[in-house]
Formats: sequence, C-alpha cells, structure tokens
Amino acid sequence: MQRTIMDFWVGLFVMTGMGALLILGLKVGNLTTYNTGESYTLIGNFENIGGLKIRAPVKSAGVVVGRVTDIQFSLETYDAVVTVGINAYYRFPKDTFASILTSGLLGEQYIGLSPGGDEEMLAEGDKIMKTNSAMVLEEMVGRFLFDKAAED
Amino acid sequence: MPKRIITSIQAIGHRVIDGIWRLGCAARFFVLVLLKSMTSFLRFTLVIREIYFVGVLSLIIILVSGLFVGMVLGLQGYETLQKYGSESAVGTLVALSLVRELGPVMSALLFASRAGSAITAEIGLMKATEQLSAMGMMAVDPIARIVAPRFWAGVISMPLLAAMFSVMGVFGGYLVAVVFIGVDEGSFWSSMQNAVDFRYDIVNGVIKSCFFGVAVTAIAVFEGFDAPPTAEGVSGATTRTVVTSALAILGLDFVLTSFMFRGVD
Repeated sequence: MQRTIMDFWVGLFVMTGMGALLILGLKVGNLTTYNTGESYTLIGNFENIGGLKIRAPVKSAGVVVGRVTDIQFSLETYDAVVTVGINAYYRFPKDTFASILTSGLLGEQYIGLSPGGDEEMLAEGDKIMKTNSAMVLEEMVGRFLFDKAAED
Repeated sequence: MPKRIITSIQAIGHRVIDGIWRLGCAARFFVLVLLKSMTSFLRFTLVIREIYFVGVLSLIIILVSGLFVGMVLGLQGYETLQKYGSESAVGTLVALSLVRELGPVMSALLFASRAGSAITAEIGLMKATEQLSAMGMMAVDPIARIVAPRFWAGVISMPLLAAMFSVMGVFGGYLVAVVFIGVDEGSFWSSMQNAVDFRYDIVNGVIKSCFFGVAVTAIAVFEGFDAPPTAEGVSGATTRTVVTSALAILGLDFVLTSFMFRGVD
C-alpha cells in the first residue's frame, strides 16, 4: 500500500482513539465538574459517619459544592474526623450546620451543608462546629421498639 | 514398578524445568526488545506501518463488538434494574462495567486473537523461510528491524482501541436503553456522569489496557520468534499466542483490579 494512504489511516486511527478518550472524559465521566485546583479544606467531627466514603459529594441546597477528601478516626475525641474540600467559589458562614444525609432510601451518603447567619466566613482549615451524625437504621428501629415497649 | 514411578516423576520435573526455562527466555527476549527499540523510534515509519496492520485493521471487529456488548449490557441491565424501579441507573451500569472492566479486557482478548496471532504467524513464517537469518547475515538486527516496531505498534494501539470499544459500548447502551426502551435521556447521562470518576475509573481503565497491550504483543512476538521453523511449529505458536494471551489478560486483570479497586477507599 502507498505510504501516504497508510499514514492517513494511521493518523485517523490515532485521532479517533484520542477523541474516544476525550468523549469518555467529558461525556461519560465528570471531567467538566471535576475541579481539582481551587478549593479550601474544612474539618468536621462526626459522632457516626454511617456509610460515608471518601469522594462522596458535599452538597448545599442539593448543589454539589465539594467532595470528602479524607476520613480519620480521632483518638482524642473518639469520633470520626472528616476532611472536605470545598470549591473556592463557595463561601459559607462560621455557624454552618453539616449533617450526613442519604440520597433516597438506599442511595449513597453525602454531607449536606446548611448555612447559618454568621457574618464571618469559614476559611481554609477551619472546623465546622455544628455537626449532625448519620442516621443508622438499626439505631432508629431499636429506639422505635424501645418507645413502643415503654408505652405499654 | 519403581522404575515407572521414577520416570513419571522425571517427566513432571522435565516439564517444570522446561516451562521455567521458556519463561526465562521470554523475559530475556522482552528486555532485549526494549533495549533495541531505539531504532524503531528513530525510524518511526516502521512503527506507523505496523500500527496500520494491528490497529487500523482491528477497528471493525473492536467497534462492532463494542456496540453489541454495550447493547446487551443495556438490555440485561434494564431487565434487572426495572424490578427495583431504578432503570435510570442503567447508564451507570453500562458505563462503569465498560470503562473499568469490559472495555480493556474484551478489546485485549479480541486484539490478541485478531492482531496477536497475525504477528506470531508473520514472524514465525519469516523465521521458517529463513528471512530472519538472511537479515542477520546482512548485519540487520531482526529484533530491532522486525520485532520492536511490531511490539510498539501493539502497545500504542491497545489503549486507543480499548477507549473506542468503551465509547461504542456506551453508545450501544444508550441506543438500547434510551432510543429503543425509552429510559429518560437526562437521567441516563446524569446518573452516568455522577458515578464515573475521571481519575478513578477512566484513567485506571487506560492503565489496564496499557498493561494488556504490553502483555499481548510481548507474548505474540516472543512466540513468533521462538516458533520451530516448520509449518506445524508456526501453527502451534499461533495457537499458543492466543491461549497464553487470554490467560495472561485475565490473570493480569485480577491483579490490577485488586490494586486499583480495593472495595474500600
């Protein structure tokens, strides 16, 4: 086969392959919303994180504003220390309330932020003081049964 | 009686030693190919020619299989998911299984049987007709001139083919789930985009297919170079390429998956 024709096909092949990778990144993956650059970290202590995982979304009013970057167990307070990276564009007041919520009945767990009314804003490395643990189904059922028994 | 036992033990030992010896040969050959691949980068036209044969000519089978695998995934996923009323998750199912597993693995298996066997047969026949020895006589290194360009062509083509397979598969899933069955288009794409992470899923899939490309083409060129110079030898080497590549792909896939996706973050 002629050299130029072969070059053309190989060029087309490589370009299609790169294009496929680009489509995977943009259309299938979430590269467009994937923001690694500008973000600041916040820390929150939770009594129980339930099934929260690293990379779980952080939402405020249902909008994704950041992601969970790290989960550790604290030996001083004996609770979970969750580090989240918040998109630098979004600022939250000091008295923001963080709670671990579940999307749908069986969905994944995420952190929901409900802003307070403080004038001061949370900055890099700050600690979220008001937190609300994940709801654990077994505990709720247990409490329900206990209350029922107390009524009788 | 004891003599027969001894000979059978000897036969086992002979086979094991033979196998290890071949493995050592293959490893040395692999290092030799890497050391002598400088020429193929200096004369890149050699590699381009081989990319045409192993990559461009494999396109049809890769694209068509990708489309059908995606369509079947969409259909089967929908059948199961609709029982739980979560048929919009079919996009997630199709995309994740293709990008993480089926794309790299299936395209590597197809690549091994389409291109790997061709490489082995070509090199084996060159050896059988003493073309390789003739090259050696003319002070042209057959590893640098014949083997290395084919190796690099395979390594370059494999991730590209795997990416195209995944894209075709996602398109096939879209075709079945959204166009034929009527799953909501918006939730199909948005659930997919929520679940698929670029670094975690797509980059890991590409890394996988790079490993498979190295494994398949290394096996193919070694079997061809090592083939006994007879018609029977070449046919046996071609068969071994396909079988060994398939085993290597599946074994490597398990090892890579257990490194990449541990289940817990």
